[in-house]
Amino acid sequence: MSREKRREKIGFGVLLLATLLVVIPVAAIVILIVSKGWGALSWEFLFSMPRDGMRAGGIFPAIVGTIYLVFISLAVALPIGVMAAIYLSEYARDNALTRIINLAIINLAGVSSVVFGLFGLSLFVVFLKFGVSIISGALTLGIMTLPVIITTTREALRAVPASYREVSFSLGASRWQTVRHAVLPRALSGILTGAILSVGRVAGETAPILFTVAAFYLPNLPKGLSDQAMALPYHLYIITTQIPGIPERYRYGTALVLIGFVLIMNIAATVVRSKAGKKK
Amino acid sequence: MRLPARRIREFLIEKLIFLSGIASVIFVALIFVFLLREGVSVLKVTSLGSFLGGRFWYPISSPAKLGILPLILGSLLVTAGAVVIAVPLGILAAFYIAEVAPKRLRTILKSCVEVLSAIPSVVLGFLGITVLVPFLKNVLHLPTGLTAFSGSLMLAFMALPTIITISEDAINAVPREYKDGALALGATHWQTLYRVVIHGALPGIIAAAMLGIGRVFGETMAVMMVTGNAAVIPHSLFEPVRTLTATIAAEMGEAAKGSPHYFALFAVGLVLFIISFAINLTADLLLNRGRKR
Repeated sequence: MSREKRREKIGFGVLLLATLLVVIPVAAIVILIVSKGWGALSWEFLFSMPRDGMRAGGIFPAIVGTIYLVFISLAVALPIGVMAAIYLSEYARDNALTRIINLAIINLAGVSSVVFGLFGLSLFVVFLKFGVSIISGALTLGIMTLPVIITTTREALRAVPASYREVSFSLGASRWQTVRHAVLPRALSGILTGAILSVGRVAGETAPILFTVAAFYLPNLPKGLSDQAMALPYHLYIITTQIPGIPERYRYGTALVLIGFVLIMNIAATVVRSKAGKKK
Repeated sequence: MRLPARRIREFLIEKLIFLSGIASVIFVALIFVFLLREGVSVLKVTSLGSFLGGRFWYPISSPAKLGILPLILGSLLVTAGAVVIAVPLGILAAFYIAEVAPKRLRTILKSCVEVLSAIPSVVLGFLGITVLVPFLKNVLHLPTGLTAFSGSLMLAFMALPTIITISEDAINAVPREYKDGALALGATHWQTLYRVVIHGALPGIIAAAMLGIGRVFGETMAVMMVTGNAAVIPHSLFEPVRTLTATIAAEMGEAAKGSPHYFALFAVGLVLFIISFAINLTADLLLNRGRKR
């Protein structure tokens, strides 16, 4: 028996070791970026245009571009995603069509991000003649983020107890009235969680915007949806690989702004989710 | 009179809901059609066999040589390296988080995994270039640190959240009675884990590994930044390689629209799409089979 206990100890030790091998690098990455990037952060860095071939000045246009992309893609994906989730949770029967839809969602989530970039290029930029523009990039990102919004919203809708629906139906409400007044209000925080998570994800994506919107350098801020834009992740990519002689802290600073935005979104999503959990 | 107006509105809304419901199907079909539309034109300048099996990728020489075998092998090599690291590590960590860790530690570990999955791939690529690549170059005495191995390490790390969270779900879904039964028969917790729980969770764990592989295979930015981008048939893990994804990302900007090179890159995208479709389909079948039992 004691041999078995010793085995158990060794076994759990191996499991713990594996877990540490995963977790420690994560912590190291966050600490490294924060400590090396912190010094670069300043009012000028965040809110001014780049100068000297991006070796000085700030990253303001990249931040603006990313904000454009994030919110326009959300404006596209959120209504479609939420309605798709409503369909799957409240309307769809267990039939072949539903199975095909679910398979499509899984596939959409699994398609390589650079393939989304190709798709955006051929459909929005070339075929629909939107050109390399914010709208092309935002639509590409919006389609890419649909699976996140659909799955989180569907979970939120399914978590609403069936009794809400039964009461609503028994009072003579139609299916849509039931969804609108009995189910949706109780799923709002779950929907919000999904929206925030997808915002974080969209902000960090590089490959889908490579050929659809991203500009190396622009002297002016974008004026409308048909303009090209700079974006944070693409900016980090080019100052890391394409331009020699950029001070390291600029790179870490850009990485910090990007990762900071993404992590704040994740924390916000966690807070919303846990608050919702408490209410029930 | 008010009732019909409401009925019409509801009718319209429900049609819209249905349309959104099938939107994902439409988008997947559109992606396929548009990749096919551009990609199939590559067959005008080369045959399917010499595209998939050609040993040389010189897209801008004339005549262009458009063989993607080096790229396929590059992707496979980097993926294999990543899988060897990430699958065992991810499964072990999933067991620790799901079964061994005390409750508070579990919460912390889970949020760590969530943070990892949230880090954008371009940030990991940046750290790969600035920290990992010089480190590997010095430690392993290589002429360059930009190798398939760097890519594998990077990708292993990126696949971990997928593998861990899905394995963890599979482990948690094993019926309690199995565990209780084993423990009641006098098995230790450890024996219960590796004799009983692992069998119940196996289909889910395999699915987790497959989805991890899918993630790795399709990863673009980080792998492009650290693997050195040499489109030649790789002979070892410690040489520069180029993957299918990196090829598209690196070359599409320069490929003239309508040139064989342009069409070839779409065809590469089509290959990626078909591979990820196959992987996801298989993983989904496994997960559903696990659920039904």
